[in-house]
Amino acid sequence: MSEERSGAAILVESLVRQGVEFVFGYPGGAVLPIYDALFGDERIRHILVRHEAGAAHAAEGYARSTGKPGVVLVTSGPGATNAVTGIADAFMDSIPMVIITGQVATGLIGSDAFQEADTIGITRHCTKHNYLVRDPSELAATIDEAFQIATTGRPGPVLIDIPKDVQVASATWGDGPIQRRQRYFPQLTGSSGDIARAIELIANARAPIFYTGGGVINSGPEASALLRELQALTGAPVTSTLMGLGAFPAEHADWLGMLGMHGTYEANMAMNRSDLIVNVGARFDDRVTGRLDAFAPNSTKIHIDIDRASINKIVHVDLPIVGDCAHVLRQLVAAWGTRKAADLTAWKAQIDCWRARDSLAYPGSDTEIMPQHAVQRLFTLTRQHDPIITTEVGQHQMWAAQHFGFFGPNKWLTSGGLGTMGYGLPAAIGAQLGNPGALVIDVAGEASIQMNIQELGTASQYRLPVKVFILNNEYMGMVRQWQELTYESRYSNSYSASLPDFVKLAEAYGWKGIRIEDPDDLDAGIEAMIAYDGPVMVDCRVSKLANCLPMIPSGAAHTEMMLHGDEVAGTMDDEAKALV
Amino acid sequence: MMKIHHAESERHVLTVTVDNEAGILAKIAGLFTARGYNIDSLTVADISENHAVSRITIVTHGPPAVIDQIHAQLERLIAVHKVVDLTEMGPHVERELALIKVAGTGEKRVEAMRLADVFRARPLDTTTESFIFELTGTPDKIDSFIALMRELGLVEVGRTGIVGMMRGAEGS
Repeated sequence: MSEERSGAAILVESLVRQGVEFVFGYPGGAVLPIYDALFGDERIRHILVRHEAGAAHAAEGYARSTGKPGVVLVTSGPGATNAVTGIADAFMDSIPMVIITGQVATGLIGSDAFQEADTIGITRHCTKHNYLVRDPSELAATIDEAFQIATTGRPGPVLIDIPKDVQVASATWGDGPIQRRQRYFPQLTGSSGDIARAIELIANARAPIFYTGGGVINSGPEASALLRELQALTGAPVTSTLMGLGAFPAEHADWLGMLGMHGTYEANMAMNRSDLIVNVGARFDDRVTGRLDAFAPNSTKIHIDIDRASINKIVHVDLPIVGDCAHVLRQLVAAWGTRKAADLTAWKAQIDCWRARDSLAYPGSDTEIMPQHAVQRLFTLTRQHDPIITTEVGQHQMWAAQHFGFFGPNKWLTSGGLGTMGYGLPAAIGAQLGNPGALVIDVAGEASIQMNIQELGTASQYRLPVKVFILNNEYMGMVRQWQELTYESRYSNSYSASLPDFVKLAEAYGWKGIRIEDPDDLDAGIEAMIAYDGPVMVDCRVSKLANCLPMIPSGAAHTEMMLHGDEVAGTMDDEAKALV
Repeated sequence: MMKIHHAESERHVLTVTVDNEAGILAKIAGLFTARGYNIDSLTVADISENHAVSRITIVTHGPPAVIDQIHAQLERLIAVHKVVDLTEMGPHVERELALIKVAGTGEKRVEAMRLADVFRARPLDTTTESFIFELTGTPDKIDSFIALMRELGLVEVGRTGIVGMMRGAEGS
């Protein structure tokens, strides 16, 4: 059956066809026809955010926690530009997302019309692909392709800009299959020759290590299961990037913890001294490698990545395998067959020596709450609930990565590549919608949380029981830490002055507010937060000047980690200062 | 004080086959600026019967690892069908067209015409005191001709940038 429908109606039908449950959005002049088409439509639930950045991050949180694409709907001009940070964030962290933006009518494009912005131009380099739709007859095929591009290959945000007249004008809509040209064919499997070579390298390595990343999470839960299977067969220890946490279970005997700038001593030393690195879905980010000319100097490197452009971008590898993590891991497990794992006793004994350094140790206190301790208690008291953790960006994020244990994929949502403060609260909202029964906690800092604090209202409106756990040290802690270590403690603009009373603020939005100031009240405060059936904001006052360690100072190598006790406040040379 | 370091670079000619969709040229040019790659020349024209596909020829330079990244980053764009690095592939031809206006009288005018003949440049427009020459060739040849004309009253130069193709019967 086919009939004439408006562009707006075709858009809504197309979203329904894609199985979209939620649209995160904010109305405005250039999307009024779409909002009218959504009115009263029970098939799609529109989540009204308070700021378009919140819509994009909420869509990310939904996508990251469910594996399904997040959908955003915003108006032209400021609606689109406000969403750009979230779009760029999704692009860096490979989050599947489809963004619908309204645009001024086709005849007005380029005339500096009211609320006109060159959305296509602005988002060209922070989307995987974008479209300007000039005729409603192109909408169905465009949306269909947009979802394919967003969710397959290396996932990412795809933006569709729809002028207002295209939303109003009509075209034929049929419920038959969408006719469109196929042009996107990501490579999923590795060649059998490369798989065989990889198996030879793994079987003969004496000091191998799996270095896994966000690609394992993006590839779906099966990839995590296959990683565990391959690890069990080979016995090699595993470390992960920030984005890959959860793919391999914390507390496993062969788990080394996160690597990189704030990674563990054992993970970084093992990378440096390994003879074989098997990179599964990670991209040799600068936070991970430290000084490049000293990065894992004696290792052979295998790199599995679905994005060919990630290969040899930063670190030259010996065996690139372009493919999807789950597919390639399955190939590797199959090719391993009945081989016996190599004897890695000496390697693991060496790792145990590094582990004995206890690099995550920190000075305790009886009088004030140490932020690391707060995260550990949060972990211990919530683990039976298998929580989903989101974060903002900064010290609290790294402490959460270090001291919270993750056991499965899609439970850890954080802004890795772009490092966007203000990500955590809206991401928690998106995750809660996608996982209605789950305990969702945003581990936040008092500075970051204020970047999208308006989304408290969104959680209230939709009765979402999200929890925000603020490690309040009254500083933009990571900035302060760098200023202490690099700029002789000149704390330029990093003090969080004029903070709101977070408890009263929570209450003003209809949330429960809890303040924890005494170490003896920490457990009770966390338990009260978990027990409350509704949204809770916890203002946990922590030690103000605690540093996040261990740390590889910028421009240093994996072997030059700074641990607690050997901090030197001071300055750095210009070469190091120039690194972010 | 800190100094910025620059790496050794080599010249490569890339041909990129793309869907003829709005913004694709901006996307490719923008990719080069955003990632700090160099464009020495870029030409683009529709090459298919139904106007659906264009061929872009890009001359770039950079260290080998950067050239490889350019190749990979271009291939990653949805509207890009194929990227061929002609320099990497081997024997190929490169041609560029230039329009060169020279003004002068007397001995210089005669010399300009004589050199044009040597270079097989064709006069497209002639007045008693000027020529516009059309010259096709490798960028080197065009450079040499322009250098000679500079002494003989060069007024204006327009160049297309190069197009290139693999030698032999095979398509690239």
